[in-house]
Amino acid sequence: MNESLLLFSVITTLLYAVGTVGYLIYVIRTEKAIHRIAYGFLLAGFLSHTLGLAMLVSQIRQMPVTTLPQTFSLFAWAIVGSYLAFQLKFNIRILGTFVSPLAVVFMLLSSAIPSRVIPTSQLFKSVWLTLHVATMFLGNAIFALAFCAGIMYLLQERQIKTKSFGLLYRRLPSLEVLDSLNYVCLTFGFPLITIGLISGFVYAGAVWRSFWHWDPKEILSVVTWLIYAVLLHERLAVGWRGRRAAIMAIIGFSAILLTFVGASIILKGHHSFRLG
Amino acid sequence: MDRIVLIGLNHKTAPVRIREKFAVVCVDTSGPFMNLGQMRALRESFYLSTCNRMEVLFTTPRLDEGISAVVGLLADIYGQTGAALKPYLYTYIDQDAVKHLYRVACSLDSMVVGEPQILGQIKDAYLQATVAKTSGVILNRLLHKSFSVAKRVRTETRIGSSAVSISYAAVELAKKIFQELQGRIVLLIGAGEMAELAAEHLLSNGVERIVVANRTLERALALAKRFNGTTVGWEELAEELRRVDIIVSSTGSPEPILSAEQVKQRMRARRNRPLFFIDIAVPRDIDPEVNRIDNVYLYNIDDLQGIVEINQAERLKEATRAEHIIAAEALKFNGWLRTLEVVPTIVSLREKAEQIRKAEVRKTLSQLESLSDEEVEAIEVLTQSMVKKLLHDPILFLKRTSNRARKDYYLDVARKLFHLDLDRSETEEEEDQLSLDSDKMS
Repeated sequence: MNESLLLFSVITTLLYAVGTVGYLIYVIRTEKAIHRIAYGFLLAGFLSHTLGLAMLVSQIRQMPVTTLPQTFSLFAWAIVGSYLAFQLKFNIRILGTFVSPLAVVFMLLSSAIPSRVIPTSQLFKSVWLTLHVATMFLGNAIFALAFCAGIMYLLQERQIKTKSFGLLYRRLPSLEVLDSLNYVCLTFGFPLITIGLISGFVYAGAVWRSFWHWDPKEILSVVTWLIYAVLLHERLAVGWRGRRAAIMAIIGFSAILLTFVGASIILKGHHSFRLG
Repeated sequence: MDRIVLIGLNHKTAPVRIREKFAVVCVDTSGPFMNLGQMRALRESFYLSTCNRMEVLFTTPRLDEGISAVVGLLADIYGQTGAALKPYLYTYIDQDAVKHLYRVACSLDSMVVGEPQILGQIKDAYLQATVAKTSGVILNRLLHKSFSVAKRVRTETRIGSSAVSISYAAVELAKKIFQELQGRIVLLIGAGEMAELAAEHLLSNGVERIVVANRTLERALALAKRFNGTTVGWEELAEELRRVDIIVSSTGSPEPILSAEQVKQRMRARRNRPLFFIDIAVPRDIDPEVNRIDNVYLYNIDDLQGIVEINQAERLKEATRAEHIIAAEALKFNGWLRTLEVVPTIVSLREKAEQIRKAEVRKTLSQLESLSDEEVEAIEVLTQSMVKKLLHDPILFLKRTSNRARKDYYLDVARKLFHLDLDRSETEEEEDQLSLDSDKMS
């Protein structure tokens, strides 16, 4: 069973890597056919990833977030899934060039850290927890897209402002499109992480009889939520957009990474994932 | 066999004082060029005249006579002797003429390489030739081919993909900022050829409307009328920044008319929607500091010129790829031209008939396995003699056409009747016709 899980993980990583290479080639030769191939590899990777995760879930009978490698893998899965869906809806092909390396990095991180499936724990069985994990991962994955859109915006804006046009000028979409991508991600991602936080608190209240523990991850999560709340508020109230919105999306995602990776590895608390 | 000849002059070979003479007479459709059709040395003819070039394309059975007749006609138009005109003319024959026409159609020979207008001009000129019935089998095919070659070059190279004029560059930038120009409002400050051209260009790319500001109200009203827009008072200029999205400025003012502070103050009221300033004036109208404000983009004339130059260089690079396509296509045309002879046509007619016969015999025999060798032989002989008899008259007719004046016409009909040109499918011909028709309408 574990061998086949490993096999799925290797195949998935390889498919994502080939997809990434395809998307990099797409930057140099913008041809629809190349994009279709790259997208196909990502999709194939996503399907194999889904199968692998399904096997894992049927084995451990709980959300696949019991170890850090599992978490990374699930995050990569959520990122690729949201990208594939966004691509269908918004058709910003070059976004794949920025998103797919992210998926590969998370897959590699996932396999670099030794994984051991731990015995089932009662702690991880609750509807609230399932909701917490699902919305948090999906919301954060969508913010990963916003992060990529933010980087693309800054690159494109810099070229237009400084009047020096590189290879990417033609490839990247217009500022308007990139900015609305930022907004769309925010309107999808923010409600999701809000639900994620609330369900997390409800779950904590039920399990530990207190919904707030000054756990580093809790604090960072709330800080992250505040960053996106400020961005959404400023967008709606005073019409923040463009560069500032892009920078906020990048800061927000950095906070997510810190929450997710940093707090789990470095800091101690009941949110930390077990290593090895 | 008829020869294809192209005689012409362009911006590289002739100065404007000579080119303009031909440009003027060519506009008049009943002008001296109409005589081309009546020249006995020419079989088919076509002419093209734009402000940068004049090309006469014709086929002739007698090369020297044809050339001197056309040069004579051109000299008449020029009002001098042929010898005086000769240094400005180029003459291309057969393969070279084909290649030159393709280069012109693909805009490789244009003053601004890659500009798209020339193809439309050729299509118009060809339309005239078909109306005047001066073009025939060879030129019809050649011109249709030139359209499809131009189309191929346009899709396979990036020769026409980048802006090579200031107003194109401005529109391209606007699209990189706003994505769509629909619903955007343009403020035109001052006047001037380049600013008006830019405004016109923005309008044709979907801008909602144009607001005109000018120190003299009369001029503002005149411009507003021209662009079907409205005017705004000179004092309200800064206030207008709340509503407009793109500003094209070109005044004679010695100092800036809009400061960074003025622009910055209006950004909040705009809810930070982007502003795009195109400052064509020298000295500049807009404070350069404006470019530092978030969501505001300022381009002056030098910035735009810089983009144009980079794009031009890129086009020249793409042109070499286009030349390769053209050389290959010219060879292909030559191949077709050679089939327009009696012997190759008869050969391919026989080949086609034999192919059909063999295929049908094979089909029949495969169902009749019980036949003896003699019976099979009988079927072979039967079908062979049927084909032979059937082809006898058409072949005799083709052999006689060798001496006819409109030989290539009959050969072309024969090839089409029996569908002998396999590389040229009927759909391709229909497409050519359609592309011509749609251009007629537009």
